[in-house]
Amino acid sequence: MKKLVVKVTEVEALSPLVKRFRFEDPKGAALPVFSGGAHITVEMPEGETIRRNSYSLISDPYDGSAYEIAVRREDMGRGGSRYMHTRVQVGDEITISAPANLFQLDLRARKHILIAGGIGITPFLSQLRQLDMEQKPFELHYAARSRAEAAGLKLLPEAAHIHVHISEEGARMDLGAILDGQPLGTHVYTCGPDGLIKAVADQAARLGWPKTAVHSEAFIAPPPGEPFEVVVRSSGQTITVKADQSLLEALEAAKVEIDYSCRGGACGRCQTHVTACDGRIEHNDHWLSEDERAEQKTIMPCMSRFKGARLELDL
Amino acid sequence: MPKTVFSPSIDSRPTYPGLVSQGAVPGIMVADDAGAAALIDLATSDASVMDRAHVLLIGGAETTATRLGNLTPKALHSAPDLEAAAPLFDSLLLDARMGTQLYLAGSEGLIGFATARATAAGLPLDAIQSEHRGPIGRRMKCVHCKGITEDVLTDPFTCSHCGLTLFVRDHFSRRLGVFQGVCVDAETPGDIPETVEIRA
Amino acid sequence: MTMQFNDETFRGDYTFHNSPEAIRRFPFPFDRDSYAYSVNIEQHPGGPAGSPFEFAFDVDEHYVAEMNDRAITLADDPMRCQSLPHMELAGWDLLELIMVSKARDYPELFSLSRDGTSWHWINKPLGIEQRFTFLDATTLPCGPLEYITRQAQGDFALLHEREGNLWLDAGMITSQADWSLDFDVGMNFFEWHAPVPKARKMGVFDKALKFLLAVTQEQSYRRLNWTMTVNPRLDTSPENYHKWGPEKRTITPENVGAKQFLRVELQTFWRLPRSNALAFPIRCYLCSLEDLASQPKWARRLHRVLRDIDPDLAEYKGFAVNQEMIVKYLAQFDDGAETSPGIFPD
Repeated sequence: MKKLVVKVTEVEALSPLVKRFRFEDPKGAALPVFSGGAHITVEMPEGETIRRNSYSLISDPYDGSAYEIAVRREDMGRGGSRYMHTRVQVGDEITISAPANLFQLDLRARKHILIAGGIGITPFLSQLRQLDMEQKPFELHYAARSRAEAAGLKLLPEAAHIHVHISEEGARMDLGAILDGQPLGTHVYTCGPDGLIKAVADQAARLGWPKTAVHSEAFIAPPPGEPFEVVVRSSGQTITVKADQSLLEALEAAKVEIDYSCRGGACGRCQTHVTACDGRIEHNDHWLSEDERAEQKTIMPCMSRFKGARLELDL
Repeated sequence: MPKTVFSPSIDSRPTYPGLVSQGAVPGIMVADDAGAAALIDLATSDASVMDRAHVLLIGGAETTATRLGNLTPKALHSAPDLEAAAPLFDSLLLDARMGTQLYLAGSEGLIGFATARATAAGLPLDAIQSEHRGPIGRRMKCVHCKGITEDVLTDPFTCSHCGLTLFVRDHFSRRLGVFQGVCVDAETPGDIPETVEIRA
Repeated sequence: MTMQFNDETFRGDYTFHNSPEAIRRFPFPFDRDSYAYSVNIEQHPGGPAGSPFEFAFDVDEHYVAEMNDRAITLADDPMRCQSLPHMELAGWDLLELIMVSKARDYPELFSLSRDGTSWHWINKPLGIEQRFTFLDATTLPCGPLEYITRQAQGDFALLHEREGNLWLDAGMITSQADWSLDFDVGMNFFEWHAPVPKARKMGVFDKALKFLLAVTQEQSYRRLNWTMTVNPRLDTSPENYHKWGPEKRTITPENVGAKQFLRVELQTFWRLPRSNALAFPIRCYLCSLEDLASQPKWARRLHRVLRDIDPDLAEYKGFAVNQEMIVKYLAQFDDGAETSPGIFPD
């Protein structure tokens, strides 16, 4: 994956928990433009480990003068978002990946419905601009607990087809009303907590929507957990995965060659064959099927962890 | 006549798994005379499937229309052929909402024709159900002159437009709703293999 | 250096020819003395100066003649270029990629000035000057895909990603091997390749799709593919198969060296930025057996490859009927000496 070095030119608090970061080329050159819903991976070096988290781009996709992301601080996480909140300052140079997109709009759609929960608003911010430029009909529904927490409010334009649902104010999102009666050829996209993604999928299924018109992205960072050990089959090497490290990060720190892209359990790139498993794999990804999880013959190292006596990977 | 079972083929060759009721939801059903039997079987399995369904009968006999009418669909329309049915079909698709189910039954030509129009209107393939009934004649598109020959039953066959002798490929375009026919004696003009009947 | 463009044809009197320099830079596809299907993927662009791998979009002495041949094919059959409505954005992405690359890599031939969305393009070899508004198709004489690919050698397929698959939703295809864009447009990756024998069973296309889906922006790749063609014909389409098919049977021991061509496809893979579509340019290079024989290493190696090839592959690549004559012709250049590794001539 192509890497870019960029300079941090703005940091702004959008809410108590969410900060916006703006990145530009250090020499002022144009950055590659991108498509609505794309993300970048940000490298966060800490000691021997390079932590890499993926964040949706929220800026104008056709504007190469800068990239912007919004990061919610997760104090229970591995430390990636805390690093962004506490360590990254204006003027710093950081390394990011070129944009990649696992949540693109289906531009064949007659209409697009975008449903965001909390920080899940981020991929839609670039999609909104693309939909405006492509002059496609859409509506956006943004649900948040309270106005103070709704970091996206500062970034959303006022428009008739943009609806904000603040549950604290009693304006809960009625998915049935949103999805019912939409014209043939409508596509729906959801980003937010698993519960919201499931609720939209269930509601769409109840209304007879075809699965291929229902899209979602659950962008989550790998969860921390208990430390565990993993054996690399080719070398016999045993690697310890620390509590605040993902398996992928531990393998990278040990210089084991492994491919990746999203680092959020969504793209399938780091899928690895398990050659021995005496214990239980904690599958945290969105890639493997229920059957594949139960078999314990394959693992997504970017998200998943292990509890037990021995885990050996075909690497 | 029962549902046709086709032999395994290449990935572009469509399969028609059969109709399964999605209940009393808005529906559009398109069938020819042989396909009407599949709609009757469908309604037998779940009578409510007809409650909100528009049924288009293409080139069906009067008695077939009566039998379909007895299933009390929301509306029953008849048209002499696919071309004549197209404007009404398109307008039903244009007015349809997400959740509308499409049921297609009959010849490969009918299923291909209706699938192509429905996907162009924005209906994803996974919202289209189909069941093959009746003769296995194919709708063939000549790759050379682009003309379409209906109900082809032999391989090779003569293009009804340009007159070239074409072999019948299993390669199928869902966008066009047709199989591909390619000149069989292009390299050795006049050297034409024996004609055989196509099989399911 | 100013490039000289050949005055030549790819049909009728077939005056196509390679200069000695064009022969030496021919992308010979075999890096060893035997052939088995392989993925053989490398990063692109990048390669020795003067090789067809050096730049993103190679421009060579055949440029003007190839563009003339494309115009003839399109005049006869405009459906060789198609773009489903949602692919216009991908067409603009491709236009930008080609214009920026050519203006950067061949400044003596092409120039591009950009002021916001006001663009000014000059193509000297074809005598084209165009001012237009980027992303506004009404300011070009035709759609962006057709506009730019009338000025770029090779076929172009644009693939739309959805449902974990790639869909052939746009293309400019005038020099294809046995597939019809007009028929295949709108198909997914497996449907489009369905007629290729055995490949599905071998899992070739599952692997290829997985690779293509993983191609990201700013990181492009290439691979070489090959086949054999009688006469230097670009339009070997199924549409015109009944017209060029008989030529395949005109090979004799006397004319095989001049009439039988090795046809190499330089395939490249690009993730496009705004549309997230994949561009799949397929650039075709032709070289006659007698011209290939001017490089002793290639003649020896091609003899061994074509002599020992799997008969099914010879059939699929369409040269089984002429294989005996081809191998016999090449045998005279094979003294049994060892060949050096790699594809480049000694």
